[in-house]
Amino acid sequence: MSEESKYLVEVKDLKQHFKVQQGFFGSTYLKAVDGVSFNIKPGETLGLVGESGCGKTTVGRTLLRLYQPTSGEVRFNGELVTDKNITSLRKEMQMVFQDPYSSLDPRMTVEDIIGEPLDVHHLYANKKERRDKILDIMQLVGLNAEHATRYAHEFSGGQRQRIGIARALAVNPKFIVCDEPVSALDVSIQAQVINMFEDLQAKLGVAYLFIAHDLLIVHHISDRIAVMYLGKIVEIADADELNDSPIHPYTLSLLSAVPIPDPNKARESKRIILEGDVPSPLNMPSGCPFRTRCKYATEKCAAECPTLTDRGNGHMVACWNK
Amino acid sequence: MDIAKMDVKNKVKENEEQAVLQVKNLHTSFFTDKGEVKAVNGVSFNLTRGKILGVVGESGSGKSVTAYSIMQILADTGRVVEGEILYKGENILKYNKKQMEEFRGKKCSIIFQDPMTSLNPVFTIGYQLNEAIMLHTNKNKKEATARSIELLELVGVNEPSKRIKQYPYELSGGMRQRVMIAMALATEPDILIADEPTTALDVTIQAQILELMQDLQHKLGMAIILVTHDLGVIASMCDEIIVMYGGRVCERGTADDIFYRPAHEYTKGLLRSIPNVDNMNEKLIPIAGNPINLLNMPKGCAFCARCENALKICLEEVPPEMEMPDGHYASCWINVKRQLEEEGSLKAE
Repeated sequence: MSEESKYLVEVKDLKQHFKVQQGFFGSTYLKAVDGVSFNIKPGETLGLVGESGCGKTTVGRTLLRLYQPTSGEVRFNGELVTDKNITSLRKEMQMVFQDPYSSLDPRMTVEDIIGEPLDVHHLYANKKERRDKILDIMQLVGLNAEHATRYAHEFSGGQRQRIGIARALAVNPKFIVCDEPVSALDVSIQAQVINMFEDLQAKLGVAYLFIAHDLLIVHHISDRIAVMYLGKIVEIADADELNDSPIHPYTLSLLSAVPIPDPNKARESKRIILEGDVPSPLNMPSGCPFRTRCKYATEKCAAECPTLTDRGNGHMVACWNK
Repeated sequence: MDIAKMDVKNKVKENEEQAVLQVKNLHTSFFTDKGEVKAVNGVSFNLTRGKILGVVGESGSGKSVTAYSIMQILADTGRVVEGEILYKGENILKYNKKQMEEFRGKKCSIIFQDPMTSLNPVFTIGYQLNEAIMLHTNKNKKEATARSIELLELVGVNEPSKRIKQYPYELSGGMRQRVMIAMALATEPDILIADEPTTALDVTIQAQILELMQDLQHKLGMAIILVTHDLGVIASMCDEIIVMYGGRVCERGTADDIFYRPAHEYTKGLLRSIPNVDNMNEKLIPIAGNPINLLNMPKGCAFCARCENALKICLEEVPPEMEMPDGHYASCWINVKRQLEEEGSLKAE
C-alpha cells in the first residue's frame, strides 16, 4: 500500500474564517477553524470534542464541503475534495445531524427521505429495486417495513435519528460525519443509537468523525480522540491513552470536569476548575489560544502559538510547557 | 427484634422532623384537548434540611412537573389533583395567593435550565436583582443595590459593581446562571430547586456551577432539589436520589443505594446503558423500546413494556413501594415476588 492511500481522510492546515459585520462599516473575520490537521483511517472512529464555539461542527461541515474552506486541504482517498465533483463526493461521505427533529423534512415519508439520495445518485434500475434497497437499509437501522409510509413526526427522537442514519447510509458511503448524533436523545435511547453506530461500522467498515461534547460517550465509541479549543486541535491521541494520560492542560481540566456516574469515584476525584470563560473567537488571544485560562502560561505562550508535536505513539500535543 | 423495630420507628420520626419539605402522594395532571395527561402520578418524598436531593429521569418522567408543583408555577392547563406538599408541616397547597407569594421566593426559590430565557433582556442585572430583593424585604433601593453586589460576589461574579449595570446579553452562559443563582438566594431561602441548572452549559462551566452550588449549600445550609437527566451530575452532587419514570417514583435511596444496589429494573437498565468508567470498551446494554406516552399509560407498572423481566402482574397492577433495607425504597413487583419466595421457603423449612 502506498503512503498516500493509507488514510481515508487527510486534513492539512484547514482554515475556515467567516466574515462578520461589525458596526455599520467595519467587518472582521471569525476564525472558526484555524489550522487543523488530522487523518482518519478506513473503518476508524475519530472523536472530536471541545466546548461550544470551539469549531468542531465547522470542521465536520467543511470536510463535506458544506462550507468552502478558506485555506488548507482535505484529501479523500488521496484526492483533493475541492477538485472532485460535489455529487460524486457526497456519495462517498455523508452526514448525520444533531437534531433529529429539524433535519428531516416533515412533508416526506420515510421511504421518500431514504429514497432521495438513491434518486440523486441513480442507484437503482427500476422501482422494485429502489423499494428493496430502501427496505434493506431500514432493516439495517432497526426500522420495520411498515414504517416506510409514515412521516417523521410520527416517530420518537430515537426512531428519527435512525431515519437520519438510514438516509446517510443509503448511498453506501465510506465516511460519515456524525455531528452530536445522540445529544438530543434520552439516556436509555442514546445507548441504542450508539450500539447501532458500532454495529454498522463492524458490518460495513464505514469510518466516522464523531463530534460530541459528552466525553464518556466519545471515549466509548472512538478509536482516537482529538480535543479542540478555539479553532485549534490541542491534543490528539488514542482514546484510552488520552483519558489515562492526558498532557495538555486544557484536556486535563476538561476530563476532570466530566461528572462520573459513580458516587465513590466522584467523591475521590478532584475537579480542576478553569477560571473564567472561553475568549470570544472574534477577539482571540495572541499565541496559544488557551493561555488566558492556563496556569502554566509563560511569555512564550503569548508570543508564539505551539504546534502539534508527537510525544510518542502518535500522541500529539500542542503546548510549550508540557 | 423489638429494639430494631423501635430504632426504625425513631429513625422515621427523626427523618420527618428534619424534613423541611414533605411531598405526599402528589398527583399533577394537565388537561389538554387530547385528554388528561397524568404527568405526576403519586410521588412521595422527604427533603431533609441541608441535603441535596437528586431527581433523575428521562424527558416526560415528571421530574420538572414535580418541581413546578412545589412552586405552584404550572402552566394554565395543569393542576395538582391530589396529595399534600408540607413545608415545615404546613400544607402549601392550602395557601392563598398572598401566602404562596410569600413562600415562593422567600422560602423556596427555583433556577431554570436556560439562563438566557429566564432573565429579562431589557433590564439590567442590577435592576432584576434589586427587584427580587425589594419584593421580599423592606430594603430601600440603595440597600438593595448593596445586597445585590454582595450576592454577586458570593456567587463568584467578577467586578460585581460593573456587572449590575450590564444587560443579560453582555454576560456568558455561565455568568448568567450565576446571576440566576444569586437572585434565587437573595432572600436566603430554605429550599432551592434547580431544574437542570447545567444542561445548557459546557462541561468546564458546568463544573464551575456545580462546585458553586455545593459550596453555597455548605455555607448557607439550605436544602437543594436537583432535577437532572445526567447520572454523572447526580452521582457527584446528591445525598439522596429519586429515580422517576412515567410520572411515578421507581426507586429512592442514597446515592450508594441507587448506583451500587439498584433494586428497580429501570434503574438497573439506566446504569447499564451508560459507558462503564472502568471498562470503556464494554458494549452498552440499551433499554429496549421507546419512552412512554403519558396519554396512553399502561394499567400496571409504567415501565413494564420495556422491562425484560416483567411478570404477569406487572401488566395488571401498579407495584407498591417496598422498603429494601434502610430507607431504600423501590416499586417493583420482582422484589415483592422475591420476598414472598424467601418467606415461603422459610416457612417450608
